[in-house]
Amino acid sequence: MNEVVDGIVKALQLIFSGDPTFYGIVFRSLLFSGIAAIIAALWGTPIAMLLGLRDFRGKSIVKGLFNALIGMPTVALGLILFLAFSKAGPLGFLAILYTPAAIILGEAVLVTPLVVSIATTAIEAVDQEMTNLAKTLGASESQASIAVLREAMNGVVLSNIASFNRAIAELGVALLVGGNIAGLTDVLTTDVSMYTQRGDFRYAIALAIVLLVIVFGINLIMISARKVKILLTLGRMPQ
Amino acid sequence: MKTWKVMLLVAALATIVVIAGTLIYLDYFARRRLRISTTTSLYDTGLLNEIEKQYEASHPVDLNIISAGTGIALQQAQSGDADIVLVHSPSQEQAFLLNGYGVCRRIIAYNFFTIVGPSTDPAKITGGNATEALKSIVAYGRNQTGQTKVWISRGDNSGTFSKEQSLWTAAGYNQTIISTESWYASTGSGMADTLNVADQKSAYTLSDLGTYLALSQGSTISLKSLISGGKSLLNVYSVMAVNPTKIANVSFNDAIDFIKWLVSDTGQQVIENYGKANYSQSLFYGAVQPLKNNTPQQVVQWMQSYAFINGTECPQQYRDDQPELYP
Repeated sequence: MNEVVDGIVKALQLIFSGDPTFYGIVFRSLLFSGIAAIIAALWGTPIAMLLGLRDFRGKSIVKGLFNALIGMPTVALGLILFLAFSKAGPLGFLAILYTPAAIILGEAVLVTPLVVSIATTAIEAVDQEMTNLAKTLGASESQASIAVLREAMNGVVLSNIASFNRAIAELGVALLVGGNIAGLTDVLTTDVSMYTQRGDFRYAIALAIVLLVIVFGINLIMISARKVKILLTLGRMPQ
Repeated sequence: MKTWKVMLLVAALATIVVIAGTLIYLDYFARRRLRISTTTSLYDTGLLNEIEKQYEASHPVDLNIISAGTGIALQQAQSGDADIVLVHSPSQEQAFLLNGYGVCRRIIAYNFFTIVGPSTDPAKITGGNATEALKSIVAYGRNQTGQTKVWISRGDNSGTFSKEQSLWTAAGYNQTIISTESWYASTGSGMADTLNVADQKSAYTLSDLGTYLALSQGSTISLKSLISGGKSLLNVYSVMAVNPTKIANVSFNDAIDFIKWLVSDTGQQVIENYGKANYSQSLFYGAVQPLKNNTPQQVVQWMQSYAFINGTECPQQYRDDQPELYP
């Protein structure tokens, strides 16, 4: 028990010590997950608009597929990407295995179903009248779409925050395609795992604390953002 | 209108993050990278971190160290995902050379495996040699009921596991059959992980001395080193470059430079001195001077019979015309 307390005390000291190794890990985690979330938003939002605004054959299957893929086990995706990115694999010519690019791309793929599903729901929740109204007022098809997206913006932003959260908290992809190379591809989750194995609990605990603060902090923001949204909606009601 | 402001803010933040990321990325590409696939024991002890620090300070190369078991390290090298391998399984190394994947092998360090177990030593292995110890452990294990685990194995493709298999064979058992018995457990993971499991279960396991000392000094584990030393527990670490004529796009010249550094006096000093301050003994011994001067004779003889390939560190045809590497 004393060891645990001792570990936590040392971990807290480490967090405030300005240790460059420690801050490097935190920074890389934020950076990789951040870029992954942006990439996923860049290609995920158009898909969500398509799914939310248009009708086409097999639409429900595509939506169901994205919903199912939210639960993709990260190690399974990590393995698939490892095989693909390996020099001997189909994407080996990119030469990105064990580089930050592999982690970023992998995490972007991982969180895409999450972005698409949440954003689609948000867009569908916008009243159909909105589109019709915009068109009656002389808006073109694309202008009407943008008007809907604007209305659904809260949901779309939330989908991005959720995807960032999933990216920063996942281990499988980062470990398998990043290789946990010190100072290059090691991130919060892979280092918590490694330092625990090595028995260096000072680092393991400190990194886990930071990871928890980030993930819980973001969840708190999401919950309060939802509350704000509900209040805003209520405020609009009488008009 | 408010949502537009939010969107603009998000877009601005996103742009800053992307630019920052790109800058880091460019900086990383500015240095040449040398991908080293290595056994977990060299990494988990921290030796490679020290080597990386020293080497990068004097060379314009970024060492990218990927830690896995020997088998996986060699596999990665074969698929072109590594430039150099640092491993400790002579039989697997020989196959790697013979299949044309590796060149320029040098033996860089040695130490000894150790059989560790609970300080109470319920199977009474202390005082014997490795073969006797395994026999006692089997006898003790077969007396246990239920799911009590007595032996924890790496169970992966590592050099340590390959050593374990040969020890079982030497003791007259078939590891494949032994491993199905209820007292035998495999972790399938690295050395530090396996030691932690053995510690929690108060079981025996085979470990390299370096990882054991590193964990036991950090008081992470309370296992005792019960048997160590002797020819059968010798542990020899070698380095090989990946053959550029067989695998395209490997950093061969940087790999050779790194090997030269490892076998140089500077590199050997780093290996020899690592951990002395913390553990009051070396975790690894340099192998270059002993092999050159033939002292300590006993260990050199053991190394020659255990880790040499056709009577040499590296047969002539796999030396890639690097006379400086083989004076």
